[in-house]
Parts: sequence; structure tokens; C-alpha cells
Amino acid sequence: MKKILILFSHPKFEKSRVNQALINHIKDKENVTIHDLYEEYPDFHIDVAVEKELLNQHDIIIWHHPFYWYSCPPLMKQWIDMVLEFNWAYGPEGNALQGKICLNAITTGASKEVYCSEGYNSFTVKQFLRPFEQTAILCGMEYFPPFAVMGTHKLSDEALTDYKMNYGKLIDLLQVNLSANDFGNKSFINDIPQLNNV
Amino acid sequence: MTGSILFEAIVFLAGAIICVSIAKRLGLSSVIGYLLAGVLIGPYVFGFIGNEGDDILHFAEFGVVMMLFLIGLEIEPKNFWNMRKTILGMGGIQVGGTMLLSYILFTVLGFEWKIALVISMAVALSSTAIAMQTIKEKRLMDTTFGTSAFSILLFQDIIVIFMLGFIPLLSNTEDNASAENNSEHTNLLDSLPVGFQTLAILLSVVLIIVAGRYLIVPMLRKVAKTGVRELLIAAAFLIVFGISFLMEYVGISPALGAFLGGVVLSNSEFKHELESTLEPFKNLLLGLFFMAVGASINFIVIANSPLTIGGILIAVIVIKAIVLFLTGQVFGLKLDQKLLLTFSLAQIGEFAFVLLSFAFGLHILSQEQMDMMLVITALSMSLTPIISMINERVILPRIGTKESIKRPMDHIAKSQKIILVGFGHFGSTIGRFMRSHGVEATILDHDSNRVDFLRKMGFEVYYGDATRLDLLESAGIAEAKIIICATNKIEVSKAISKIVKEKYPHVELMIRTKNRYDAYELLNLGNENIYRESLETSLTLAKDVLSKMGFRKYTLNRQVQNFIKYDEDSLRRLASEPKSEDNYIFKARKELEQQEKFLNEDFKRGIVEYDNHWDSEHIRKALDNKEDQ
Repeated sequence: MKKILILFSHPKFEKSRVNQALINHIKDKENVTIHDLYEEYPDFHIDVAVEKELLNQHDIIIWHHPFYWYSCPPLMKQWIDMVLEFNWAYGPEGNALQGKICLNAITTGASKEVYCSEGYNSFTVKQFLRPFEQTAILCGMEYFPPFAVMGTHKLSDEALTDYKMNYGKLIDLLQVNLSANDFGNKSFINDIPQLNNV
Repeated sequence: MTGSILFEAIVFLAGAIICVSIAKRLGLSSVIGYLLAGVLIGPYVFGFIGNEGDDILHFAEFGVVMMLFLIGLEIEPKNFWNMRKTILGMGGIQVGGTMLLSYILFTVLGFEWKIALVISMAVALSSTAIAMQTIKEKRLMDTTFGTSAFSILLFQDIIVIFMLGFIPLLSNTEDNASAENNSEHTNLLDSLPVGFQTLAILLSVVLIIVAGRYLIVPMLRKVAKTGVRELLIAAAFLIVFGISFLMEYVGISPALGAFLGGVVLSNSEFKHELESTLEPFKNLLLGLFFMAVGASINFIVIANSPLTIGGILIAVIVIKAIVLFLTGQVFGLKLDQKLLLTFSLAQIGEFAFVLLSFAFGLHILSQEQMDMMLVITALSMSLTPIISMINERVILPRIGTKESIKRPMDHIAKSQKIILVGFGHFGSTIGRFMRSHGVEATILDHDSNRVDFLRKMGFEVYYGDATRLDLLESAGIAEAKIIICATNKIEVSKAISKIVKEKYPHVELMIRTKNRYDAYELLNLGNENIYRESLETSLTLAKDVLSKMGFRKYTLNRQVQNFIKYDEDSLRRLASEPKSEDNYIFKARKELEQQEKFLNEDFKRGIVEYDNHWDSEHIRKALDNKEDQ
């Protein structure tokens, strides 16, 4: 059973209906550590030693965050800057994260339809996530497509329930065995057949 | 005879321990315990102590002397000067008014005018020992009542000199020799004409001031250099005894001389050293003094004329109370402060013993009259703590600042109750910030003005001493989640910490401390959440200084956070180190050693070198090294 570390960053978690639903649904799962960065480091002063130790103890890293301005909240960027140190995470001697799996779990206000060359966001989510993908790759990790909850502004309670159930299922699948073959060239991990009762 | 001295000591100590423990357990002041112990071991109950009461009393007066010496240490001449209006005004009104009323009373009772005058002088005095002990115990020194009481007592201590000088003039006999004066010290002044007497008194005062500057302080420095702890104790005693001897020699009250000596030394670097050395002795000797008072209550005199004694006793207390109340009125004290003042100073003081026996020695008073007045004095002293308690538990809650005002509790206060102890500068900031988030703390404070104001603002406030278990309980400690000690008095925090750990271990304690040494103590009591008020603020200032010198603010911010973390770690590490003795000089030296250690460590650890984030130079270096290999 693989160990999952959820690096959760949300500057105003108490006001986020969607993220509360997702986090509350999975928080008691075994071998899942939810690391609430904004709660842990309200002053942005990240304890690098503690973070590295956490990474060492887990096999799968999920960057769980709202998709602010096509990217992550500032504290998560701070985390990337500080924790993924030269010669530890990357660089000639940096191999601490070699072979781990990494993905983003994101929530977006806009719907899936506007994230394309014709939509008003002009690019796909996959394109926006490139920096994260390359960060993972440089650290020797395997990067999976994102789990995305989209159109949150207009999300019905039923739809939200489906999303959170799927998030839970995804976690279970990841812990057992989910590999690159399972999602082929899908842009979202949400779309794999195991999560769609096909 | 050592056997009997030992036995007496055992009786006194055992009596004190038993009675004071019981008194404290019942939430009474320790003074009651001591007095009761005195009564019990005295000649009329168990009779362990016979007529030595007077000798013991005489010895125990050193307690009073030491107390005044310590009070003097607390007062820097500047403050004394600032308080002159209160001292003269309040003290003057109180002494004058009381003397006038009691003079009328005793004349009406048919005493000769001279006798009435002497007695009214004695009655005008209050007991510094009892009142100050109680004020200190209840930590009310910084309230309006505390300063008022202190001013009045100080005025009385000074006026006693003039009274002692005046009484011989009333003497019926031509020869003023107080040979039969039952105080057995020679009084240099009796054989001198009046002008010389005044001169001698002035000279001795000057002598104390000069000696304080040019003799005592250099001596203490030499003693401190030797590093022998007990020499300091010896020196402290030598100062007190020396001043007392000199004062008795010229016929001034030794207590006043000691007070003066204290004031002279209040600016020296040995202030704290002397305080911490004498404090335990003072308390024990004061205890002995109270026991001696208890033991000297002459129950035979009472039995002979209970009604007269009782009547006079009540009349005297009433007179004193009325005058005190009016004094408070004139100086605009709030009602509860007035009541505290009224009831805590309504007794006749220990100087009355001196005055009365002095007057008896001069044949102004008869044996009978002296005995009667001595008994009344002792009784009035014994009644004080009881009256104060009635005031505190019955009267004040009804008319003064109420200890508590019932309010309907909203649900959040029930499930997540926060108790905030102390609403001064520190506590008020906490309270305001919490309130802006809709979290109402229950506040405990002992400043009645503040309590009234906070109640007006709609806070739930309890008034009184936060170390009292019953007050904490009525404030709802049982259902509290957190109790915040925002007071800067470590004794209060320590006491609360003990109570909470013992009785309500589920309540989380969050404590403000002044400095690392207080933090050590609280850490060692098993507290986790310690907030040093001297840490963040000073680092913020330092950060701003460095920023003005060109350092980048964000880097400094991070360094401050690193520094705090590493200082917190070292605090916890050092808390378990053996404690430095509780004495100022050695403590100061130890502090310097520790500072030196810190400064060395700060360099060694290279706290600034540690921070390589966003530092491209560091990466370049690492890559260059790689290529070199």
C-alpha cells in the first residue's frame, strides 16, 4: 500500500465549499497524510527539514490547491522554492524524490469548456500545468495528469458529491496500483474508466 | 536553659506551621493564623508561653523594623517626593481626625485630659505590619487603595517620632528620667536639653544618609566580592541592627530609622540582593510578632471588665473606620477602595505598644489603664483580618465592585470558554483582538476601575485575586478550554499554573512572561505555552535597524524567524539546567555567562550563513566544486 502525501494549500480554506468537501471526505483514510500548508506555516516560514522528512516517508505527492491565476497559491510556490533544494531534489546529487509519483489536484472556478484555444482562457489546463510537470520531471518523479474539479462557481451539491467520491476512489486506486498505462493520453485523471463506472 | 529556649522555639514554630496552614487552607490571611497560634500557645489557653510574651514581642519587633527597611528599599527618594501630597494629606487627615474623635470619646468616658491625649495618640496609629502584610499577600500594592494605605501608614510612622518626643512633656513628675521605663535601652536624649535632642536626632538622620552612601555600599561591595553568600546575609542583618541600635540610642523609633536606611539604599545596586536576603526572615519575624501579640492578649483583664473593653474596642474601631472612610472620600477614592482602606487600617497599631508602655514608664498611665489599652490594641489587631474578610466576602460583593455579575452565557462561551487573567497593556491587546473575532474572553482583574469600565463595555468580568480557587471556579474554570495569564506577576502565573495542573488538568494554560528566567520557572512547572514579551518586539526593532542599514527586509524577516526558533529551542534546553541561586549578584553573573554563551553560539551556528535559499551563488559554488573533481 503506497503512502500518499497531500500538500494542501488554500489561503482561505474556511470559505471553500468544494475543498472542504474533498478534504473532509479523504482525511481519515489510512496511509494518507494531509499536510495543510497554510495552517502549518501561516508566516511562510517553511521548516525545510520537516518537509523533506515528510517527502521521504511518502510515495505519492499530491499538490492539492485552487487553480489561482492559472497557477498555485503563493505558499505552495514558496514550498517548491524552499523544499526542492539543489543537490537534494535535483542537481548532480539530488535524487531524494527519484521514482515517486506526483500530480496536481486542482479546483477551478471556470468550467472545462473555457480552458481551450477557443475559450476565453486560451489554453488547456494541461498547458498551464507545464511548470509543475517539469518540476516533477526534473526531480525524477513520474507526473500524472491532474484531478480537477471545474466550474466550482456553479457546482450543484450532487455534482460535488460525485467529485468527492471520485477523489476518494482515486486515492484508493493510487494506493494500490495505478500506472501511466491506465490513463494513456487523457488530460485529466478524472476521466479514467475506473472512476466512471464503465 | 537551652532546653527551654529550644522548647519555646519548637512551640512557636509548630504553632505557626499548624495555624497558618489551616488559615491558608480556609482562605484566610496568614495574619489570622499567626494571631490564633499566639492565643493558643499563650498563657491563657495551653500556657506553653508564660510571661515571656513581652520579651518575645520586643525581639519580634525586628520583624516590623525589617519590614520598614524593605519598604524603604522599595521607595526611591524621587517617588517619595512625588507622593508627598498623599502622604501629608491623607496621613494628616487620618491621624488628626482620629485623635480628635478619640480624645473626645475618652474625655467623655471620664479620663483625665493628659491620659485621654496619650491614648488618642496611640489609637490614631494603625498597624503597618498587619496592613502591609495583607496588602502584599493580596497583591493590591498597585491599586489606589494600596498607595493610599501605604501613604497613611508612612505618615504615621513618621508622626510617631513627634509623639514620642511630646509625651514626656505631659509627665506629671518633674524628673523626666525614664529610668523605670520598661524598655531597657538607654536613652541618650533624656539627659539632654531639648535643643540638643533635636540636634541629635537630626545628626543621626544625617549619619544614616552619609553612612548609607559612603560606608554601607562600599562594605557590601567588598562582601559581594568575597562571593560568600552568608556574609551578605550577615551584612544585611548588620545594617538593620546597626540602624535600630543607633535610633534607639537617640530615642527615635528604630522602625523609622530602618525605613530611612532603606530609602538611602534604594538606589544602590544591592537593592534586590538585600530584598531577597531579608524577605524570608522578615516574614518569619513578622509572624513571630503577630504570635507575640496573640500571646499577650491578657484574658484576665478582659474577664474583669468585658463590657468596658468590648465597648471601647468597638468605639475605637468605629471611630477609626469613620475617619478613614472620610479620608478616602476627601481624596476621591471609589467606594470599594474606600471600604478596603477603612477596614484594613481600622486597628490600633504596634507602635501603640511602644507609646503606651512609654507613657506608663513616665507615670502618665496607670498599670490598669495600660493593660486595658494593650488588650484593646491586641484585640483590634486580631479583629482586622476578620473584618477585612467580612468586607471582602460580604460587603464588597454587594456594594463595591462586584466580584461577578451574572450574565446569560451564549453557547460559544459555554463550549469554548477562554479565561483571561489581567487586562493591562498586554492582556487588553489580547482581549481586543479576540473580541474583534467575536470571541469573548471571561476576564479576571483586581483593579476595580478597570473592572467597572470593562463591564460597561459588556465583558464578563470577575473582580479579585485570580489565584483564589473559588474565584477561578466562579469564573467557570471547570468548563474552560484555555486560561491566559496575561499578568506580568510571575507569582500569580505560578499559582494559577499549580491550581490548574492539580485540579483542572484539561484546561490549557497560555502564559506571558517577562523574561527567560521566568520562562524557565514556568517551563519547569510543566507549562508548554510560554510567551516572552521581550522576544518578538526586540527582534522587530533589531530587524528595522538592520533594514535601515541596507539589509533586505525579506531576508531579515526570515532570519528573525530562524532566530526565534533557535532561541525557543535553547530556552527549552536550558530550562532543565540547574537553577542559579535566588540571589541577585550571583544571578546577574550567571546571566552574563549565559549571554556570553548565546553570543558565541550565535556566531558558531552562523545563523546568517545558514540561509541558502534563492542564493544562486551557492548553486554556482556547488557546480564549480563538481567540475573541479
